[in-house]
Amino acid sequence: MLETIGVRSIEDLLVDIPQSLRLESLSLPDGLSEFETMVQVKALAERNRVFPDRLTFRGGGVYRRFIPAAVAAVTSKPEFYTAYTPYQAEASQGTLQAIFEYQTLIAELTALDVSNASLYDGATAVAEAAMMAHVHNGRDEVVVSGYVHPEYVQVLRAFGEGRGIKVRTKGEPTKKTAAVIFQQPDFLGLLVDARATTTAAHDVGALAIACVDPISLAILAPPGEYGADIAVGEGQQLGLAPSYGGPHVGFIACKKELVRKLPGRLVGTAHDAQGRRGFVLALAAREQHIRREKATSNICTNHSLCALAAAVYLTYMGPYGLKQVAEVSFKRAHVLADRLARLPGWELAFPERQFLNEFPIRAPKSSAVVRKLARKGILGGLDVSRWFRELKGVLTFTCTEVNDARALDELVIALES
Amino acid sequence: MTEPLSFELSRPSVDPPRLPDPEVSGPAPSDVLPREVLRSRPPGLPRLSEPEIMRHYSRMASLNYSISENFYPLGSCTMKYNPVANEAAAALPGFAGLHPYQDEESVQGALELMWRLEQALCAIVGVDRVTLQPAAGAHGEWTALRMIRAYQHSKGEPRTEVLVPDSAHGTNPASAALSGFQVVEVLSGADGRISLADLESKLSPRTSALMLTNPNTLGLFEREILDIAELVHSTGAMLYYDGANLNAFMGICRPGDMGFDAVHMNLHKTFTTPHGGGGPGAGPVGVKAELVPFLPSPTVERKNGHLALDFKRPQSIGRVRSFYGNFGMLVRAYTYILAMGGDGLSQASQDAVLSANYLRKLVEGDLEMPHEGPCMHEFVASAAHLNHEDGVRALDIAKALLDRRFYAPTVYFPLVVPEAIMVEPTETESKATLEAFAQAVKEIVAQARSNPQALHEEPRHLPVGRLDEVAAARRINAYLQGQSEDPVLRWTAPAESAS
Repeated sequence: MLETIGVRSIEDLLVDIPQSLRLESLSLPDGLSEFETMVQVKALAERNRVFPDRLTFRGGGVYRRFIPAAVAAVTSKPEFYTAYTPYQAEASQGTLQAIFEYQTLIAELTALDVSNASLYDGATAVAEAAMMAHVHNGRDEVVVSGYVHPEYVQVLRAFGEGRGIKVRTKGEPTKKTAAVIFQQPDFLGLLVDARATTTAAHDVGALAIACVDPISLAILAPPGEYGADIAVGEGQQLGLAPSYGGPHVGFIACKKELVRKLPGRLVGTAHDAQGRRGFVLALAAREQHIRREKATSNICTNHSLCALAAAVYLTYMGPYGLKQVAEVSFKRAHVLADRLARLPGWELAFPERQFLNEFPIRAPKSSAVVRKLARKGILGGLDVSRWFRELKGVLTFTCTEVNDARALDELVIALES
Repeated sequence: MTEPLSFELSRPSVDPPRLPDPEVSGPAPSDVLPREVLRSRPPGLPRLSEPEIMRHYSRMASLNYSISENFYPLGSCTMKYNPVANEAAAALPGFAGLHPYQDEESVQGALELMWRLEQALCAIVGVDRVTLQPAAGAHGEWTALRMIRAYQHSKGEPRTEVLVPDSAHGTNPASAALSGFQVVEVLSGADGRISLADLESKLSPRTSALMLTNPNTLGLFEREILDIAELVHSTGAMLYYDGANLNAFMGICRPGDMGFDAVHMNLHKTFTTPHGGGGPGAGPVGVKAELVPFLPSPTVERKNGHLALDFKRPQSIGRVRSFYGNFGMLVRAYTYILAMGGDGLSQASQDAVLSANYLRKLVEGDLEMPHEGPCMHEFVASAAHLNHEDGVRALDIAKALLDRRFYAPTVYFPLVVPEAIMVEPTETESKATLEAFAQAVKEIVAQARSNPQALHEEPRHLPVGRLDEVAAARRINAYLQGQSEDPVLRWTAPAESAS
């Protein structure tokens, strides 16, 4: 090869690099066999403690759910996971069609017109939605209403600072407000009055951004039904492992009027000369590789494979399977809430409020309770006072279809002992 | 050979999958919740059986080109082989099963992995600390610029401009704008490298940073990088490294030594985490000491062998995504680095440079080479000569390559080269593959001269022919303007027929 190139050594190909910059070698150990590599990696994995699905009662944005084997069987197909962003449409129809189906599934779930191909996570989806509102109406303040996931709000603040957008977490929206952001159910698991919040936003000319739990949409009124302009959320529950927080997937869908401000990839149908239907990246003029500094977002690589997992999950469940998942979780969480509230000294933090499958409860010596549960192999409730001082002693417990009746018994017995 | 949509395959008679019984006699949502809170009709998800689903997705998979099956010389994207051991590592229950809000004590192995990965990346690029939080390259660019801005503000210097070369990736100016900067373009000289004179004329006390990738997007090493760094630093501005092209020189040289103050890396390029058809990736950012206080929160700290997440970072730019980044991708990249070692990574970069120069040599008689070699890990050719003679464009060559079972190079980028064809073979490819690709290019160029019309009709052997994107855009416009019911961007049920 060197001879064909016409040089004597690799060194001759590196002549443009100043000598003073050249390294002798990297200060890293030498390579290992696959066997030795995996021994080391497994040793790290084994230093972590994994709580069984059925004994995990902690949520806070990441949930244990039953994941059908079909999901991994599809996402581990190398034709999907080793392809690039589908720039050459004719050789990428599998990925493009999968994204198109995902977009349709999200649009159906949220009852909005158009979904994009995916974003990084729920937090950046909230931030991107706020940017859309800012670009749409030129206002530079967003109001966060109620208990929205604290990490989402932190990311929103970081994004907002770059764009000069102020984030307000108290008070009502005004004529200066670009958007009102709320979470349904909220970070504590409680239902909020999504209709009233949406109306309050619209009354001052602001957009309403609903951050929603995708599985809840099998039973709850979807954002499009109550008039929200943009729906966003975290899609981890749709077939993705907790994986210490990622990779998961952010989804975003909006009304037709806002489509040109949507960040990221969009796939649409197109036809070839013979009239065959295919799929292409569409409306690219919004994006960074065409519009550069005028782009609606800088996003390029998104979370396509996670969106594929979500598409397989939703297709597997279908409308009635998804509803069953939501209902089983609902029933179990309500039974659990009832039983925990009867423990001495325990009381629901907001007894007058409705919830689905996660709820806040005040526990005596809450941190000791969580430690005790861990000793018994149970991942207990999440101490939310680390973000909200007013919620001292409040834990949120979550229940899904993976927490069987016996697991509920084990939890209660552990707490009684 | 196209596949119907899942929605078109859906049959109302398909029962939902069997799911766990509630086992408890709790209330149903409709027993407790007011009607206006409930969904009025079920979402329009398809109804398919598991075998139908598996066949549907298997058929779709067969419509894709991928690294596992095809040479994928997509310039700037570093499409190298993704070792399957990476996948096995990320799937280990000890990683995949971790909840992000577990106590630190119970995730020491995960934190140790993050710590070790950070150390390895510091060694590879020559920086003091790395944040693993950004989810992708563009996210990393933005994170780095936010840190640079925060640092300069802390010194009472609200600098407002970011310089970006005309050959830069589109994400650079987009990230700069989203970070609150004005974008100023710096021109390339005739040799394809940044023009020092133009750079000097654009630097001012307003300049916050210069964003640069090296080798640049033409695959050329910025020979004057040390002068560039000195010039930029002399005005008090910072130098930012776009790590898209890091695969060119691991173990050969380091951005940190060149004078870069902040560096992002694409784990999904250089460190073999798969692209997934467009993500997830990971875009860690490395910084020199003066930017360390501004790193996103939390960082992973190690004290006496105990690992902890540090949230007490008063000068931090805050949080750039939820939790701790794309942890699963970090596991994959760490596995790769461990297996390759320092020696293997150096070898990989040398092989990547060798492959690119070899392929460049093989095709230089057929395609124009606007800039002199040697190149680093990729090269940019031009099809402008064919366009002039007989109307064949870079796009036609790309489509013709698809028909010959090669994925296409990046075309029309960088913008500074007309009819650009950007080729990055990576260290993965054998000599035989490179030669087969060069032979295909030769045949296509010959055809461009003998029968150009035929090339406009490629590809012919793929599930669909060239798709009419212009017509698609028109249909989307019609929908957005209320002139059509077809949303184009999603499937909708066809209107009920009269029967």
